[in-house]
Amino acid sequence: MALEQFAPAGVMIIIATILAFIILVISRIFGPHRPTFRKNAPYESGMKPIGPAQRRVPVRFYLVAVLFIIFDVEVIFFLPWAVAMRDLGVYGLIVMGVFTLMLIVGFIYEWKKGALEWE
Amino acid sequence: MDCPGLCEALANGGVNLGLAQFISLFIGVVLVSGVPLVTVIFLIWIERKVAARIQDRIGPNRVGPFGLLQTFADLIKLLIKEDITPTAADRLLYNAAPLVSFASVVLIWAIVPFTPYHYGVDLEIGALYFVAVASLGTLAIMTAGWASNNKYALLGAFRVVALLVSYEIPLVFALMVPVMLAGTMSMVDIIYAQSSMWFVFMSPLAMILFFISSQAETGRAPFDLIEAESELVAGFNIEYSGMKFGMFFAAEFLHVFTNGILLTILFFGGWLFPLWNEPLIAFAWLGLKASVLYFISLWIRNTVPRMRIDQVMWFNWFRLVPISILNLLAVAFLVKVMQELGLAPRDLAQATLGEVLPMTIILFLSNVAIAIGLLGQVRSVGRESRLATETAQTATAVGD
Repeated sequence: MALEQFAPAGVMIIIATILAFIILVISRIFGPHRPTFRKNAPYESGMKPIGPAQRRVPVRFYLVAVLFIIFDVEVIFFLPWAVAMRDLGVYGLIVMGVFTLMLIVGFIYEWKKGALEWE
Repeated sequence: MDCPGLCEALANGGVNLGLAQFISLFIGVVLVSGVPLVTVIFLIWIERKVAARIQDRIGPNRVGPFGLLQTFADLIKLLIKEDITPTAADRLLYNAAPLVSFASVVLIWAIVPFTPYHYGVDLEIGALYFVAVASLGTLAIMTAGWASNNKYALLGAFRVVALLVSYEIPLVFALMVPVMLAGTMSMVDIIYAQSSMWFVFMSPLAMILFFISSQAETGRAPFDLIEAESELVAGFNIEYSGMKFGMFFAAEFLHVFTNGILLTILFFGGWLFPLWNEPLIAFAWLGLKASVLYFISLWIRNTVPRMRIDQVMWFNWFRLVPISILNLLAVAFLVKVMQELGLAPRDLAQATLGEVLPMTIILFLSNVAIAIGLLGQVRSVGRESRLATETAQTATAVGD
């Protein structure tokens, strides 16, 4: 299948972005624009902001990200198989079964290791 | 590229073929992206009215008949509000985030088939396109939280991204069930594959999983950690004002209805009306089913309390992910076995009801069996933890 199938989607990306951009520009034109120092300071419940906000990230968020990547790659392997599954015959099912088995073993390992717990 | 309809008329009228193709493509795309923009204005009104009725209020009723023009009033208000960019913010990313958030939802509509003849584009990889485009929204939230340079926003964004990213896994696994049954990722072909039987009857569990995860993807209760006004003030959009906030807001509302439409397409037969397929009736039928699903989503949102982040993550990793994998494998195995036995027709679009019925019954029963086993397991875990608490309490009481 040729790439031109995606032409409408490509045009839509451009139009959606331009549309959203126009709305922002309109609000810029019609809205007032009187910045003051206090108004532009980061909001911190009325306190003076303490230190920068872009701090280090708690490590459990990295863990979630890593888990997500593992499963997302798995999903990418699954998708073409799901489309072709009905034409692949029993062999396709067995091969994918073995693949899934390995993943399930990994999943159980993560489960028992406590990697999925949110502490 | 072929050249039907308007393009053909233009080409016959003496316009260059390439130009005619481009003009018809352009007009089509503008129309398709116009639909969600008009829809969202009324969705906000519906949402506010439904929420008001559930909470025993009247809701907006001053501006226009039944308060129908309330959203326009709000839109004008948002447009003339001052647009503040905090000095500490990363200007480029800060301004790009609402744009990406809104565009990501509008882009999903490119693959939504409204009627048999009217759709943006029938991509061969429609389902994959949906997954790819929908996850752009997650990126927008992360960008917004980071670029705001605000502690509340950053904390909110981390949580939300952790949640969205986790719930994407059961979402995609549930999405794969209709893809597998239809043997294609094209949205139009998935609808045609349901001509004799909706996929919801073949795999109700996949439908429920898709519904729950899409509820989480839109940040609706019980997964509305995106808002979390009691602890993070507003979450990732705390620094946004005026129309930039409005765009996040509109994107969220639109996303809920978009999910209703996708659920209809994937599991409830899209626009396939039993008797005749006039475009207008097909469109109304699709809209009706999507609205019912949208209403259920609102109902849940206004009835269920918010969950904590650890509960949300637990529910995803220990329940939804294993069930969705198990469900996918069970459906794959059963379909394969039935195909070998000659019970599952390869081309569902051409199959009659009688040919599809045995397959539906077996798949339905397997789903029910998984659900019953799961509920039993949840029940026994709950009983164990309750007994443990009670024993501990009794021990303390006796000790005192």
